[in-house]
Amino acid sequence: MATETRRILMDPLIHNNPIALQVLGICSALAVTTGMQTSVVMSAAVVAVIALSNLSVSLLRNMIPTNIRIIVQLTIIASLVIVTDQILKAYVYEISKQLSVFVGLIITNCIIMGRAEAFAMQNPPLKSLMDGIGNGLGYAAILLVVGAAREVFGAGTFWGIPVLPLASEGGWFTPNGLMSLSPGAFFVIGFLIWILRTFRPEQNEAE
Amino acid sequence: MTTARYILTFAAAVCLVCAVLVSGSAVALRDLQAANAEQERQRNVLFAAGLADPGEELSEADMAERFAAVRAVVVDLETGEELPEVDPASVDPLVEAGITDSSRAAPENLARIRRVERRSVVYLVEAEGALDAVVLPVRGQGLWSVLYGYLALDADLDTVRGLTFYEHKETPGLGGEVDNPNWKALWPGRRVFGTAGEPIIEVARAAAGPVAEDPHRVDGLAGATMTSRGVTNLLRFWLAENGFGPFLARLAGEAGG
Repeated sequence: MATETRRILMDPLIHNNPIALQVLGICSALAVTTGMQTSVVMSAAVVAVIALSNLSVSLLRNMIPTNIRIIVQLTIIASLVIVTDQILKAYVYEISKQLSVFVGLIITNCIIMGRAEAFAMQNPPLKSLMDGIGNGLGYAAILLVVGAAREVFGAGTFWGIPVLPLASEGGWFTPNGLMSLSPGAFFVIGFLIWILRTFRPEQNEAE
Repeated sequence: MTTARYILTFAAAVCLVCAVLVSGSAVALRDLQAANAEQERQRNVLFAAGLADPGEELSEADMAERFAAVRAVVVDLETGEELPEVDPASVDPLVEAGITDSSRAAPENLARIRRVERRSVVYLVEAEGALDAVVLPVRGQGLWSVLYGYLALDADLDTVRGLTFYEHKETPGLGGEVDNPNWKALWPGRRVFGTAGEPIIEVARAAAGPVAEDPHRVDGLAGATMTSRGVTNLLRFWLAENGFGPFLARLAGEAGG
């Protein structure tokens, strides 16, 4: 049982990553990964929402009438997202301004509803919670790598602290403007998937 | 086995629990959020006046220090006179604009402002006893929302010191680019008034020239025609007779004589 819980938690990190393998949740992964701070806050928000939504859907799974299950899941997810948004606005106002609509758009992130419908509706609460945290962390892992790459190469900073001396300030590094724009995230995610599938060929789709 | 009654009861119960959760968090966090929004507004006064850099993090002590050079003044918009007996902290122009007694109906205007407050709060930046800049609150309709911001003018009351918006709901990446520091950097040095004294500042439909050659226009925001027009309209409204026109005229008269 312990190994199974572990598997549920760890699997989505690399083996079955929601972004890299299932290619879900790309929209927000492109939009919020211009820097580390926004990536971390967004990741935390998504982990919290997906864990709690999986837990609550799982607790209610035997009571939810089948014909309205999607709308019930959506109501739960939407409520959690609004609460998360309120908390961000109260405690990390600056970053929540940068994230703008993308916190609200967690509601439409396919990963969250996908896990509620595919996993939490069939599994007991503890397992569902683990599955939620695992998938949240899988999303977070990609966000953090992309956020780090884009901030370092796009702005020469990490967490707002300069790491590469900028040419404009007497150093040698010229920031790559493309990295700060959405296409930069496409390239980084593409490279990540390429690397991942080179080392794990079983993730390649059948021809 | 699931009857219609059960489905309806279940749906109602879920809605009730979720509603309590959402409204509970909104009420519990309201004070913190309001404090954040107020700080953001004040920070934008400093940004517009060039007393702080857009990306700069300011502690409360920093804010207080920089506000030392700034004097908030309550102004009667119709006469342009200062109201020195009124405490600026007690006046919220946005609230007063919504109350019939403390506002007047605006004539039809492109900024789609329906009511104008009778008195507003402006910020005078002083250096060595002389006026250095004046920061005016501005607002007006963009595409989705009303943009709220500050326009700072140099002591000649014509040259832009800075323009910044502290609240809006324009599309991120398009109209939301009004927050882009690169776009904001195009504003300083532009001139808002034409030779006849009417506001002719404009967000152009395409690229504008450098400040020296094209002083009355600023680059438009790509993909955000409505927001760009909104910025033009709101600036022209607030710089004209129904906005801060009388106040600026009085200030110019004082400086000149």
